[in-house]
Amino acid sequence: MNTPRRTFLKSIIAAGGAMAIGARAVMADWPDKAFRADTVEKAIQTLFESPDIKNSKKITIEAPEIAENGAVVPIEVTANLPKVESITIIGEENPKPLIAQFNFAENALGWVKTRIKLAETSNVIAVVKADGKLYKARRLVKVTIGGCGG
Amino acid sequence: MSTRLQAKISDGITEVKALITHPMETGARQDVKTGKNIPAHFIEEVKCEYNGKVVMSAIWSVGISANPYTAFKFKGGAIGKKVKLSWKDNKGKAESVEVEIEEGKKK
Repeated sequence: MNTPRRTFLKSIIAAGGAMAIGARAVMADWPDKAFRADTVEKAIQTLFESPDIKNSKKITIEAPEIAENGAVVPIEVTANLPKVESITIIGEENPKPLIAQFNFAENALGWVKTRIKLAETSNVIAVVKADGKLYKARRLVKVTIGGCGG
Repeated sequence: MSTRLQAKISDGITEVKALITHPMETGARQDVKTGKNIPAHFIEEVKCEYNGKVVMSAIWSVGISANPYTAFKFKGGAIGKKVKLSWKDNKGKAESVEVEIEEGKKK
């Protein structure tokens, strides 16, 4: 594997959160601290304040087995749980693991599709809040850096 | 920046798809010519409304890919009624787009 390319891709994603804090206007509801967390545990702790998260087979994460381009990894999360309130997406080995949180009204389904950046081969973790309780699932995505075009 | 929005209803469920032109710049890259740092520029919040109520709201970070795509679903909706998607980024830019719900493919 081409190490300089790996480092390059990592640097694209690295430090983005820290620099962004300075660049933007302060918004009360954007969870700075959670997005700045540099480990999965810190991100989850900051966002949910609850250590009790059960693994659930009712959450499925669809993603390519091998992602050619770590900058654009399509994922689809389905939470077959009642009363889904939110789906949070985490890239386990990203410098700032917390990627996004989708919050749903009562009539919205526990389903979301988006495209994320992954720094390297790693797990995508989905944390689902349903009926006040937290559940999680993970899926390994292999990342090759072939698509950088450089 | 621009936002392409589509909402289709099928079997009582409306699927909303959005494709937003936005660099989602992480703030860690350097300009190739000048060597200067390219500041972070990314969408922080996304919101979708139907019938005056928020059906989905999201908080994003630089971890979402450039030119972000997202899709989600909600129960209800009716052909011809409007779905509105709004977003705002860390530089204070914001955009809001509305579309009418169309009929989707029947399964």
